[in-house]
Amino acid sequence: MDSDTLIKVEHLSRRYGDTLAVNQLSFEVKRGEVLGFLGPNGAGKSTTMQMLTGNLAPTAGAITINGIDMLENPKAAKLALGFLPEQPPLYRELTVDEYLDYCARLNRIEKGKVAAAVEYAKERCGLTHMSQRLINNLSKGYQQRVGIAQAIIHSPDVVILDEPTVGLDPIQIREIRQLIRDIGTEHSVILSTHILPEVQATCDRVQIINRGELVLSDTIDGLTQRMQSSSLVVALRQPPALETLGAIGGVTAVESLEGGRLRISHDPEQNPAEQIVEQAVAAGWGLYELTPERLSLEDVFVNITTTDHATQSEQEEAAA
Amino acid sequence: MILTIAARELKCLFLSPLAWSILGVVQFILAYLFLGQLDTYLTYQSQIAMMENPPGVTEVIVAPLFSSATIILLLVIPLITMRLVSEERRAKTLPLLFSAPLSMSEIVLGKYLGILGFLGIMLGLITLMPLSLLLVGTLDFGLLASNLLGLALMLAAFAAAGLFMSTLTAQPTVAAVTSFGLLLLLWIINWAGEGSGQSVVAYLSLQGHYEALLKGLFNSSDVVYYLLFILTFLVLSIRRLDADRLQN
Repeated sequence: MDSDTLIKVEHLSRRYGDTLAVNQLSFEVKRGEVLGFLGPNGAGKSTTMQMLTGNLAPTAGAITINGIDMLENPKAAKLALGFLPEQPPLYRELTVDEYLDYCARLNRIEKGKVAAAVEYAKERCGLTHMSQRLINNLSKGYQQRVGIAQAIIHSPDVVILDEPTVGLDPIQIREIRQLIRDIGTEHSVILSTHILPEVQATCDRVQIINRGELVLSDTIDGLTQRMQSSSLVVALRQPPALETLGAIGGVTAVESLEGGRLRISHDPEQNPAEQIVEQAVAAGWGLYELTPERLSLEDVFVNITTTDHATQSEQEEAAA
Repeated sequence: MILTIAARELKCLFLSPLAWSILGVVQFILAYLFLGQLDTYLTYQSQIAMMENPPGVTEVIVAPLFSSATIILLLVIPLITMRLVSEERRAKTLPLLFSAPLSMSEIVLGKYLGILGFLGIMLGLITLMPLSLLLVGTLDFGLLASNLLGLALMLAAFAAAGLFMSTLTAQPTVAAVTSFGLLLLLWIINWAGEGSGQSVVAYLSLQGHYEALLKGLFNSSDVVYYLLFILTFLVLSIRRLDADRLQN
């Protein structure tokens, strides 16, 4: 195994009664990588994260954290791990300092280094001026930060954050994203979310999970590629017959939209934009708008998760 | 590591008014009983002195005090142990412990030790009452030690059972009610009618093993009974918490 692979998951499955929550999941995360874990509600994101952190035992499969097997040697593996669950595990009757002090000790930081670790975590998460406040009296955003501080206090190699920006205001979200990027430079981070722009803003790589199965694993660049669609929207003052447009090289279909606009679908290898402009000028079509259509991340996401769904139900029908 | 958990447990107990009010109420009731016993002793002092083999101050005052203390604590300890795990379950803070480099046994022992710390404080406060008699006389320290040992073992047993009940639920009140029920059942189990299983059932009773110690009879089998009782419930608690992770 590559020494820089911090998380290795092989054929991970978990069953709840009859439901298969996670099915044969395999992936790897390298040092210095932020992995976005995407999926609709109930896709198995949280279950996977709980298994990665030793909160749930998998039905089958293996988890290796920094070369240590989670199932055989959980204590050593957990030492290299920081986890922020969906709901931050805070003792609300403690102050921020008391709480972080406890977390540092739980993670076996030596006595002499506890204070420094607490100070460092507070600084990273912008909590220094909140040291003496009761956690109960903090706003949701600050509680979330305490949760993150708790996860990074022992400088673990792997940080796992389950929906870290839920319930925060936009400014806090931006700060937390920046924080995650910072953490990602030294540690490996797995981040689960169902907010798509968050993935674009923070992650290096994306995995989409649906119904417990991995349906896509790609880099952010690869995902951007997927978002490029193969169609143009043009608006013409004197549109020619649709057939004329259809005859241009590379065009596969022409479709009238409302407001006199036309959608021109084309071969992804052959973009006809130039020819359209040339012909429009030559024939005086009065071209005043030409936009390449772009799929949003939402579209890609919906495409992937629903096609998968469709094929699955087809298979089920075929089986029946 | 166990001590870290124990220290937090104890600290959080005292951060809530519950621990303080329990200490206050228990102390108040026991002080009242103590004064009652003292009064009785003073009234019958002359008659007691004429008896052939007169019972000492410790026997007349301390043993009944400790005997009532167990009954009161049987009611009170479930209130202290109820939050141990169920509160963490409800507030979803257990993942903090589960994802830290700790074994289940360390978590359970840490929590148990925290409660024992609290009970130690309570025991210390209760013992101050008989010790106050030293100002005017002397005590039978052997008997006092045996009484203390009995009460300590009894409280430790109550706490272990309460801890287990707390691992079963996410509702502290349910944990309190069920541990109270369990303790009461184990207390009165020897009241069941005569029968072939009678001696076994009677042996299980918490009460029987305590009475000998109250009389000053130190029998190692009684001590072993309590230790086994505690061990059983601690192991059950560890297994119950482990079951959270495993396949259900």
